[in-house]
Amino acid sequence: MPELAIARSGLPTRLFRSLRLPLNDRFAVFGLLIYLVFVVTALFADQIAPYDPTEILYTEDYDLAADMRPGQEGFILGTTSLGRDVFSQLVYGTRSALLIGVTAAFMVALIGSLVGLVSGYFGGWTDAVLMRLADIAFGIPFLPFVIVLAAFLEPSIWNVVLAMALVLWRDTARVIRSQVLTLRSRGYVDAARVAGSSDAKIILRHIAPNILPLSFLYGSIAIGWAILTEASISFLGFGDPESISWGYMLQDAFASQALAKQAYYWFVPPGLCIILVVSAGFFITRGYENILFPKLGR
Amino acid sequence: MAGAGMRPIDPIASEPLVSIRDVQLHYRMGGIFSAMRGRSSVVKAVDGVSFEIRRGESVGLLGESGCGKTSMGRLLLKLEEATGGEIVFAGEPVTALKRAALKRYRARAQLIFQNPFDAVNPRFSIRAALSEPLENAGIPAAEREGRIVKALELVRLPQPQQFLDRYPHQLSGGQLQRVVMARALILEPDFVVADEPVSMLDVSVRAGVLNVFRDVRDRLGLTAIYISHDLALVRYVCERTIVMYLGKVMEDGPTEDIVREPLHPYTQALVAAVPVPQPDQSHDPLPIGRGAPDPRNPPSGCVFRDRCPYAFERCPVEVPRLRQVGTRKVACHLFDDTTGKQ
Repeated sequence: MPELAIARSGLPTRLFRSLRLPLNDRFAVFGLLIYLVFVVTALFADQIAPYDPTEILYTEDYDLAADMRPGQEGFILGTTSLGRDVFSQLVYGTRSALLIGVTAAFMVALIGSLVGLVSGYFGGWTDAVLMRLADIAFGIPFLPFVIVLAAFLEPSIWNVVLAMALVLWRDTARVIRSQVLTLRSRGYVDAARVAGSSDAKIILRHIAPNILPLSFLYGSIAIGWAILTEASISFLGFGDPESISWGYMLQDAFASQALAKQAYYWFVPPGLCIILVVSAGFFITRGYENILFPKLGR
Repeated sequence: MAGAGMRPIDPIASEPLVSIRDVQLHYRMGGIFSAMRGRSSVVKAVDGVSFEIRRGESVGLLGESGCGKTSMGRLLLKLEEATGGEIVFAGEPVTALKRAALKRYRARAQLIFQNPFDAVNPRFSIRAALSEPLENAGIPAAEREGRIVKALELVRLPQPQQFLDRYPHQLSGGQLQRVVMARALILEPDFVVADEPVSMLDVSVRAGVLNVFRDVRDRLGLTAIYISHDLALVRYVCERTIVMYLGKVMEDGPTEDIVREPLHPYTQALVAAVPVPQPDQSHDPLPIGRGAPDPRNPPSGCVFRDRCPYAFERCPVEVPRLRQVGTRKVACHLFDDTTGKQ
């Protein structure tokens, strides 16, 4: 039967389709392209970066290669005051930025979706307890919370991820809960119940597929948030000194008075990268928004 | 007596299949804070309803919107938990069913939905939608396709094979309502609640769907409740009618008797409101008020008294009980022998 073959296409295709990437929106495609470039850079950082980002480099005359201008001695974007290669730091910074962004987004989308689904579907006391927890999470100021967390735990890039998982599920949960409330009252949910489907089955089959684009929407917002937060934390000096990130680069440049040295090559590239990744996330978000709320128009 | 004429009823089988005893569904409006200040109000969607349905009987639940007829249907299928009273199905209290027993009940009692466009998940093909009840009932995958085709043939969907891989939006309202009906019937239930199954359909396809419903019911010997606001439809489908108003039963009896000689003033108004296809015949609807009262704040005594043209001093004081009057039951002080008033 040929119809059957169409309905049961391969798992990768179906997974790709379930993402419902907003490919018909020019801004979203632009955002996806930026992401693609950064993902490729992060994956092949070892091949792309000419030096280890923490290695202190020397010129051919065995002098410290500090404060080199771009192009000087073959350093593409010059070097820092400690003689480290800015370009290599930028490339490796992509890796930690995306690592933080993706894991934080995953945690936020996952926890938020689960809480929203359970809260909206079961209602009653479950809903009341979970939503009061969300209220508490809404009351926590985010950046100070991350700083306190970093003070209690060892400085690590995972603090940001942990803090986001602990606090930022609130927005996702609220929005998904409200969506589940409307889905729950649809006739086909009652129909499934009358047909004898269990609650778990109803949630997984009839409700979850409809809130998936919303989860992705909040996930893509969280990517930008996570990268920005990590940059802020590193810039404030609470970051992980072992791992190179864009925020760390900015902090390093700031502490070394790069502006006074007019070393724009040092702090403009990481700043630009942050702006690009965060706005790419925003463009993709807009694309998802268009899928979810087509009537909004623009 | 009741049920005569439409189809023979097996005398052994005419014990009640469903008994509803003083069932209530009260909603508390407002949150816990207004409850603490004593400001919450209670909406009595269903308030002390009792009736019995014999095996093989079709009963119409008639009433205007907001009278609790849909809530009653949802209570019968345990889509809503009763806040009081008891529903007994084939000797088992439905209100207390849990897990496995509830699952068995789901296979025996089914619902036909009002809005076919909402009742089938738009992401599911017809095959997937109809597989769901079979899957839950543990029917092996190999048998499902045959059962699905059989069910679609039962509701007279021509060439059922060609619908299996279509999606709901590719079907017309009439076709989709037949699919909804097939889903309700696929597990061969004993008892079906039809909640205004044709109200969302074009007038041109209503008759077809109604006839399928009637035929299937007769062929499978189903016990059915048909919920509607339209007396003409109830008359076409059901031998017995229960008239509801603001969560209470007003009148309960053979449909033909009710149509020919409505006793309760509310039923009289409903019967008078049915358009007559004779323009010269004088037609004068009973002068009852336009809208039903606020359900949060119903009138004292008889809930219908503020719209009733015959209301007298006893109506605001005492809630009328459902009393046997001839072939039916009526809840109205006008028919209470103890006052001698008629």
